[in-house]
Amino acid sequence: MPQVVLKVGDDISTDQIYPGRFMATVLPSETPQFAFADFEFNERLKSGQVPHGSIIVANNNFGCGSSREQAASCLKGYELTIIAKGFARIFLQNSCNLGLRTIICPTLEASEGDEVEVGATEVVNKTTGKSSPITPLPKARQAIIDAGGLIAYTRQRVLQKHGRA
Amino acid sequence: MAGMTIVQKILARATGRPSVEVGEVVEPTVDLAMSHENAALVINQFLDVFKGTGLEPKVWDPSRIAIIFDHRVPAESSKTATNQKKVREFVGQHGIQRFHDIRGDEGGICHQVLVEYGYSRPGMVIVGTDSHTTTHGAMGALAFGIGATEMAGVWSLGSVFNVEVPATIKVVVNGTLPAGVLAKDLVLFIVGKLTAEGANFKVIEFHGDTIRRMPVSGRLVLCNMSVEAGATSGIVPCDEETLRYLRDEAGVRDPIDAVAPDADAAYDRVLEIDASSLAPQVACPHTVDNVKPVGDVAGTVVHQVVIGSCTNGRLDDLEVAASIVKGRKLARGVRMIVFPASWRIYQAALKRGVLTDLVEAGAVIMNPGCGCCLGIHQGALGDGEVALSTTNRNFKGRMGNPKSEVYLCSPAVAAASALTGVITDPRS
Repeated sequence: MPQVVLKVGDDISTDQIYPGRFMATVLPSETPQFAFADFEFNERLKSGQVPHGSIIVANNNFGCGSSREQAASCLKGYELTIIAKGFARIFLQNSCNLGLRTIICPTLEASEGDEVEVGATEVVNKTTGKSSPITPLPKARQAIIDAGGLIAYTRQRVLQKHGRA
Repeated sequence: MAGMTIVQKILARATGRPSVEVGEVVEPTVDLAMSHENAALVINQFLDVFKGTGLEPKVWDPSRIAIIFDHRVPAESSKTATNQKKVREFVGQHGIQRFHDIRGDEGGICHQVLVEYGYSRPGMVIVGTDSHTTTHGAMGALAFGIGATEMAGVWSLGSVFNVEVPATIKVVVNGTLPAGVLAKDLVLFIVGKLTAEGANFKVIEFHGDTIRRMPVSGRLVLCNMSVEAGATSGIVPCDEETLRYLRDEAGVRDPIDAVAPDADAAYDRVLEIDASSLAPQVACPHTVDNVKPVGDVAGTVVHQVVIGSCTNGRLDDLEVAASIVKGRKLARGVRMIVFPASWRIYQAALKRGVLTDLVEAGAVIMNPGCGCCLGIHQGALGDGEVALSTTNRNFKGRMGNPKSEVYLCSPAVAAASALTGVITDPRS
């Protein structure tokens, strides 16, 4: 069962998730080393203490600020799931495009260490026994996730355009 | 049925439909696609799209792509220099003409260059791999930030795949801004009122007599910082001032689509502001919506004053700062760093003696660029230091050091404070 490995508040900016001073690094294969670089959490990630599928719980407006895609790709590198009351627009879009799992769950209450199960329509905090409903993503965005991310989706569309699909 | 907001009209045109409804998901065609150094990542993702297809990677329309180097200029590392080199090669191969390299004759910060060169126009759908792409809404466009992979999709097919038609917050500003109160103070006040997520997934439309009288330079400040309330775009509908700027300053000769919202458009919310009652504003650490009148934080010691950037690096901003420090000296212990928004502005400020006034007072003039604002290079802060800056973000660690603090303000507050070494009301 996945655990909550980090709990954060409102308005976590992309500068906190991926500081600007590391922006010369762009490739998704290289960005994870700088995830939450100014936090102790970075050490836990880099030392392999955080299993894939672990959960970050946030309040409102997670990922506000810059359009830097590194903020999504660095978390995708550890296959984290982000459950937030709400996401900033560009961060949410980038996450869907890159396949970073983002769940909008406005009423979830959870603490670090809690075991949490993410279902199709609700999030269940196994530690407290409480269920909270998930706000579904718009269909068009879900289509991109279902295609395996925006690159795969665009590739399909390019092939269609050239009559090859 | 209610009329349409400006964003509905622009998206209807860009989807070839008579109308669009708020909340529906559409795929608009793109009129202008802008990137800066992160074009290196866009290229990587773009080439990935074509992998295994047997098709030659080809951008949909090179004339609609603009690339401007501004984030790390001149390169701060060999890694950046190598990425810039890759972008130059790509630009050459694909025939992208709107490329502004690190040059004193045509370079600058992307959000200024696109406007100066008349690339950004009313009615357009403009996307950029930079959140402050909202700036171009000042020209009556729908302009919003996207990620690099999304841009790879735009380069491939010429449209943005899923745009939810945003609801619109109408901000109506009437009255005359008092002396010493600038467009920056107005937008900080608005961000404080709306909060950092108050306009998330929404557009801000600016109206009122204060906006009508405001030159394009001020409107760019408002739209630039609209994203700090989470807005998809800030938009000032095209009016006489927009047309004057496009014709007289940007040299645009083509027909212009002066799209305007319907009088009976439906708004999510209306915020009315009396400009005459505003004082200079300061956004305090570590969120942009932590906004207070300057009097509340007057006396706070500052170590670095930054004037410039895509927010406040225009000629009128530099002139305001120069008029305050001319013939005087910066306080000891304060360093003042100035970033004009473009080389055109740099040259104009040079010719008018504005840069001389600033340098003689003790300021350091940098080349146009973004490096300091986001903590890449050219002005990092030391542990425990405080910056007072005319830039747009004060998030923890923004200027390169999580153990520092950043306050945001107008060029007038910044210049007045550089003389005293503490946050100072420019009206005093």
